[in-house]
Amino acid sequence: MNEVQAEAHEHPAYQRHHFETIAQQFDATNFAMWLFLLTEVMFFGGLFTAYLIMRNWYYPAFVEASHQLNIGWGTANTGVLIVSSFTMAMSVWNAQMRRKKGLVACLLLTFVLGLVFLGIKSIEYTEKYEKHHIPGFHYSMSSFLDPASDPEVHNAYPEDKPLQLDMARHTELYFFLYFAMTGMHALHMIIGIGILAYLIVRAQAGDFTTGHVTYIENFGLYWHFVDIIWIFLFPLLYLISRH
Amino acid sequence: MSNQQEMYEQEHHIVSPMIYLTILGALLVATGLTVWASYIDLGEWHIAPGVTLFWNPVVALAIACSKAILVVLFFMHVKYSTKLTKLTVISGFFVFLTLIGLTLSDYLSRAWGRW
Repeated sequence: MNEVQAEAHEHPAYQRHHFETIAQQFDATNFAMWLFLLTEVMFFGGLFTAYLIMRNWYYPAFVEASHQLNIGWGTANTGVLIVSSFTMAMSVWNAQMRRKKGLVACLLLTFVLGLVFLGIKSIEYTEKYEKHHIPGFHYSMSSFLDPASDPEVHNAYPEDKPLQLDMARHTELYFFLYFAMTGMHALHMIIGIGILAYLIVRAQAGDFTTGHVTYIENFGLYWHFVDIIWIFLFPLLYLISRH
Repeated sequence: MSNQQEMYEQEHHIVSPMIYLTILGALLVATGLTVWASYIDLGEWHIAPGVTLFWNPVVALAIACSKAILVVLFFMHVKYSTKLTKLTVISGFFVFLTLIGLTLSDYLSRAWGRW
C-alpha cells in the first residue's frame, strides 16, 4: 500500500496533493498572500484616513504634537527597516539558489534588525511615557499650553506658540493616532519576528533549500508590506510638520 | 526532482542580488532626501480663499509613494509576477485610493465656503 502510494506521487513532498504542479501551488499561494495583504492595506488605510482628516481639522495641535517626535530615531528606524527588507529579499534569493548557510544568515540578520527596530521604538515610547504623552487619565498638555516647560523641544522649535486649551486638548488625539498606528505596525513586526524564528529553525534543518521557496517568498511579501506601512508612517508622523 | 526545479526556474524569474542592492541604495537615498526636504519650507499654493495646499506633505508623500512602488515591484517581485498577481495588486490599490479619495473629498468639501 505504501509502495503504491509512493509510486503514485512523483512530486516533491512539499507539493500538496491538490495542486497539479509546483508552479500552480506557488501561483495560488502567492495570489492568496496578496489578497491577505490587500485586506491589511484596507485596515491600515482606515487609520491613515483618520489621521489625514484629524490633521486637517486640528492642524496647530498636530503640528506641535509632532514636534515631540525625535527625527533622529525615526530616520534610524526607517534605515533599519529598509535594510531588513533587503536582507529578507536576499533570503528569498538564497532559498532559490539552495544556499542553506546564506539563507539562515540572511533570516537571522532580518530577525536581529526587526528586534533593533522594536528596541528603538521602545526608547521612543518610554520618552512619551515619561512626559505623560500617552493618551488617558495621566495625559499632560503642559508641553503645549506652556512650551517653555519642555525646554528640549522648545529650543528645537522656538517658534511654537502656546496653544489655547481647546486646541491643546487635541494633541491627545495626535498621540492616540500615533500610538494606534505605530502600535499596530509594531504588533505586525512582533508577529513577523515570531514567524522568522520558526523559519530560521526550519531553514537550519534544510527545509527551504530543496526548491521549496513558497514559505520564504510569501513571508517575504508580509515583511516588505510591513516595511511599506512604515515608509508612509514615517513622513506622515515625523516629517511633514517640521519646516 | 530536477524536472521540478527546471519548471520552477522557467516559471519564476530569480531576481539577482545586484538588483536588490540597487533598490536598497535607492531606498536609502530617498529616505535621506525626504528627511532633508522636510527641513525646507517648500511654500504653499493658495488655490482659493481658505483653500491652501502645502507642498511639504505633497513632496513627502510623493517620495514615500516612489519608495513603496520600488519595494512592490522589485522586493515583492510584482514586476516578474503573473498577470493575475499584477491585476490583483493594481485593482487592490485602485480600490484603496478610491475609498480614500471619496472619503477625503467628502470631508474637505462638506462645509465648502463656510470656513
